[in-house]
Amino acid sequence: MTDPAPPEPQPAQPQHILSLPFTTSNLTLLTQGAEALVYRTTFLTPSTPCVLKYRPPKPYRHPTLDKRLTKARLLAEARVLVKCRKEFMGVEGAGVSVPAVLGADWEMGWVVLEWVDGWTVRKCLDEWIHTLGLKGERQGGGREEGADGGGRQKEEPLWDLMRKVGKAVGKLHEIGVCHGDLTTSNLMVRRVAYTSQEQEKNTGVRHVGRQTVSAMREAAITESDAPPEPSSQTAEQQPPNLNGDIVLIDFGLATQTVQDEDRAVDLYVLERAFAATHPAAEPLFREVLRVYGESFKGARTVLKRLEDVRLRGRKRSMLG
Amino acid sequence: MAAVQTFYLPHYPTYPIYVCMFKDVSNADFLRSQLLEANPKFDYAFLDATMILSLPHLLSASFLALHSHVTHRSKTRTPHSELVFRLHPSNNIGESYKRFGISDSTTYLIAVKIGLGPETTAESVMEHLSENVKGEAVLIGGGGLEIGMWANEAKVRKVYKLENKDAAKKEKNGAVNGVDRAEANQRQEVESVILGMVSLKGS
Ligand SMILES: Nc1ncnc2c1ncn2[C@@H]1O[C@H](COP(=O)(O)OP(=O)(O)OP(=O)(O)O)[C@@H](O)[C@H]1O
Ligand SMILES: [Mg+2]
Repeated sequence: MTDPAPPEPQPAQPQHILSLPFTTSNLTLLTQGAEALVYRTTFLTPSTPCVLKYRPPKPYRHPTLDKRLTKARLLAEARVLVKCRKEFMGVEGAGVSVPAVLGADWEMGWVVLEWVDGWTVRKCLDEWIHTLGLKGERQGGGREEGADGGGRQKEEPLWDLMRKVGKAVGKLHEIGVCHGDLTTSNLMVRRVAYTSQEQEKNTGVRHVGRQTVSAMREAAITESDAPPEPSSQTAEQQPPNLNGDIVLIDFGLATQTVQDEDRAVDLYVLERAFAATHPAAEPLFREVLRVYGESFKGARTVLKRLEDVRLRGRKRSMLG
Repeated sequence: MAAVQTFYLPHYPTYPIYVCMFKDVSNADFLRSQLLEANPKFDYAFLDATMILSLPHLLSASFLALHSHVTHRSKTRTPHSELVFRLHPSNNIGESYKRFGISDSTTYLIAVKIGLGPETTAESVMEHLSENVKGEAVLIGGGGLEIGMWANEAKVRKVYKLENKDAAKKEKNGAVNGVDRAEANQRQEVESVILGMVSLKGS
């Protein structure tokens, strides 16, 4: 759904005529969805990395209608991002952010967003679950102690991440925004470096050197020109540092609403995304919900509504 | 002697942005009169430096002004008036000049010249401004960190309606000298919102 497409061989010829002032020079294609082309490039200064989201004209649509739809979608996304950024601004240590809007031309169909340097929650889950050797509930019976007895403690960063995700989604809903496509790929953890103590602790953790396909894809995308990292070797031996802030991305389907139904659907989509990651992610997601429930007035009602949404979801899948 | 720093916007490499900073300016009234007379020799964006938060703040308006010019969608007479216009969140040109443009009492000045053709160079800008601005030129480094050094953050926030609700509280607790980490982060947050507002202007 939202997984970045595998890096495709760069075509020698530009596939699309980009809008002014952009040309294929200096642009790296990240994903090519049905609606938008997403590139990595720089903006305003040569040392400011950014994401360019371009919605090319759809030849099968009437040009006037197409222009209007493109403009509406692009502006809806950009306005929600600026609203979030504004609302989160006043909150001391909110721990949640969204990409800043750096530029836009809705007639030409593009918006430029701040580059978020970090990992998707999907990748964090993959890496940490494998590193810790977590099992699903059915096999292992929930939160189990690691073989060396320090399991709980080693799991702590992961549980902490869950709490941060719950808080972040709660914050978003509280300001009257629903994401609309809340998957683990659209949640990121901002990159921060490990302290030397943390590094020592981590290297004591047995690392299962298995890389998932999505992790490799992601590495291929982010490695190319990410700002300097401590050292690729230590970075490889340790799972991502989960201490960074949560950043929500991809607001292409976001709406400004305070409806319990929309909020509950956000949670449901996220729950499905967790379930699809790994069996061990289910108890983790319960922690997300627990913290979400405490995060703002009205959150408990949303959790109630989530039960209805689940039920409908199950019925629908039975009808298949 | 003016000190020109040249910035190159990614994706518009053939339109250099020349920027100069002056303090203790004593002839702002003259400079302003040249703008009012639309003297073609004075085609610059003369900005009140206390209203410019940072290099990205300045460059976002510069980029969009240039982009409007190149794509023939400017709302004002020149790319430089467009730059001033672009800085303000509302669509009122007069208000933009009032808030961001030079006034007769301006002493901290940022002058911007967008290089639209080969006749404009860092040298030509330096010579012309050295002759015409009475004030002390201030060097700008390649990173442009100096651009925001005279910013009056409270004033800037007011124009963008981003007033700091707990600013008064902080004041009472006694402001610390110099910019501490939290304040620097705060300014970056404000800057991010402003870049978004500048981008969405007129939408
Ligand atoms: N601000 C950002 N910083 C870093 N990476 C980003 C950013 N925005 C997007 N990406 C990367 O690009 C991918 C595609 O972006 P995004 O999901 O916004 O585009 P989309 O075409 O709307 O996708 P979708 O098909 O999910 O709607 C993301 O999954 C992410 O990997
Ligand atoms: Mg996506």
